[in-house]
Amino acid sequence: MKYLLLIYHNPESRQVWESFSEEEQAEGLALYAALNNELAASGELIVAEALEDPSTATRVTVNAGQVATGDGPYAETKEHLAGFYLVECASRERAVEIAARIPEADMGLIEIRPILTYSALEM
Amino acid sequence: MAASEVEDLLRELAPQVLGVLVRRHGDFDACEDAVQEALVAAAFQWPAAGIPANPKGWLVRVADRRRIELWRNEAARHRREEAAALREDLEVDPGPTSDDSLALVFLCCHPALTTASQVALTLRAVGGLTTAEIARAYLVPEATVAQRISRAKQRIRETGAEFAMPPPAERRDRLNAVLNVLYLVFNEGYTASSGPALHRIELTSEAVRLARQLRALLPDDGEVAGLLALMLLTEARRPARVAADGSLVPLAQQDRSLWDRRAIAEGVALVKAALAETPVGPYQLQAAIAALHDEAASTDATDWPQILGLYDLLGKVAPGPMVTLNRIVALAMVRGPHAGLEALTTAEADPALAGHHRVDAVRAHLLEQTGDREGAVAAYRRAARRTLSIPERRYLDARAEALAAKAR
Repeated sequence: MKYLLLIYHNPESRQVWESFSEEEQAEGLALYAALNNELAASGELIVAEALEDPSTATRVTVNAGQVATGDGPYAETKEHLAGFYLVECASRERAVEIAARIPEADMGLIEIRPILTYSALEM
Repeated sequence: MAASEVEDLLRELAPQVLGVLVRRHGDFDACEDAVQEALVAAAFQWPAAGIPANPKGWLVRVADRRRIELWRNEAARHRREEAAALREDLEVDPGPTSDDSLALVFLCCHPALTTASQVALTLRAVGGLTTAEIARAYLVPEATVAQRISRAKQRIRETGAEFAMPPPAERRDRLNAVLNVLYLVFNEGYTASSGPALHRIELTSEAVRLARQLRALLPDDGEVAGLLALMLLTEARRPARVAADGSLVPLAQQDRSLWDRRAIAEGVALVKAALAETPVGPYQLQAAIAALHDEAASTDATDWPQILGLYDLLGKVAPGPMVTLNRIVALAMVRGPHAGLEALTTAEADPALAGHHRVDAVRAHLLEQTGDREGAVAAYRRAARRTLSIPERRYLDARAEALAAKAR
């Protein structure tokens, strides 16, 4: 089963991060690094990325064949997507276990979304 | 020389060559890498230059040479040298190849490995597939598969798992792990028969091929025969399973003239013989159920009482949520939809089934039969919302639509 683990940020989580000392921030980053290494080693990691600040987001609109770009509405939203893990693991329980290891889970900012598949059992 | 012919031959020889090498040198990890490289070299050279007179000997020689080169290059040389020194005295007679092939399968499906690693390693070391082919088949990046394989090999080193037949006391459990891996490979291929699956290696044929290989090695094992029969009897229905537009066709509505009669005959013969001659097991029971479906001219002509009996047995030998659900479908066919709905309510107490989309799908089907259209539409819609499968969602939505239209 593949799962997308979404990491959200909001003003509070950002404040917490900014209140950290350099050492504390390094510690936090080390937690990610350890998790990444572990998931890569277990063969469960497909990809993990952190996203740029939402102020850099581009919204794409195609209107009558014309491509227009602009700032997303995302810039104003309070909670924004800050990163993600795409993993393939044995069960939903395991996905929860992985999600719980992401530091933002302490603030309830992780969402697990199962990936749709094209496989189907006999109906 | 056709490239596909070369490919078939290479895939057949892969585990044999690896068996010889591991028997000779002991270091599974390096031998497996070396065999992969020899296979790649052969895949390049043979189509143009022709297959050598002794292809297996050619591969063993090239792999042997590659192994030494790898061995020289490796930073881990030290460790291997020590291991080799220890093994010097243990140089044994190569022994018959069939034992080597079996030992190889058992090693790849070692219980210390995760299932995903067992699958990847078996497909590569026994099936002769490349990492890239496995990655494409499973729709994951090559790096992920490579990691699973190297992780598996590392585990094998750490646990000191041996390239040998497991002791008799462990053999049944270890064989069950092997059967499970082949079953998973088959299922992955079978259930993914629709959707954007272009260029995917045929995992079902690969699983059938490996099951045939295993059966040749263990001709007296009823469960090996049962698994092969189950695969053949399931695969036989594939041509009727998906409509031209890619949508799923349920068993009851499949055009049975499209079913592969030869595969059915082979599967039926296999499972009949196994049931008569060997202790019964879950794969034989599932194959027997598949055989009853495959031999029936229609849903109504299906021997549902016997299917129900087989599910009762299966529920005792290998209970599981899907067995429970399938048993309820059979029960409803024998005793009517109300009996089925009642059993469904009881079954939902199992946390593995509570809220499961297939419970709703079965409920919808049974409610439809009782004439409760509204209830059926709601249950189909609930099931459609909960499934993670796009073709299943389409099917369930279409049922809900059709039924709702009738009610209007």
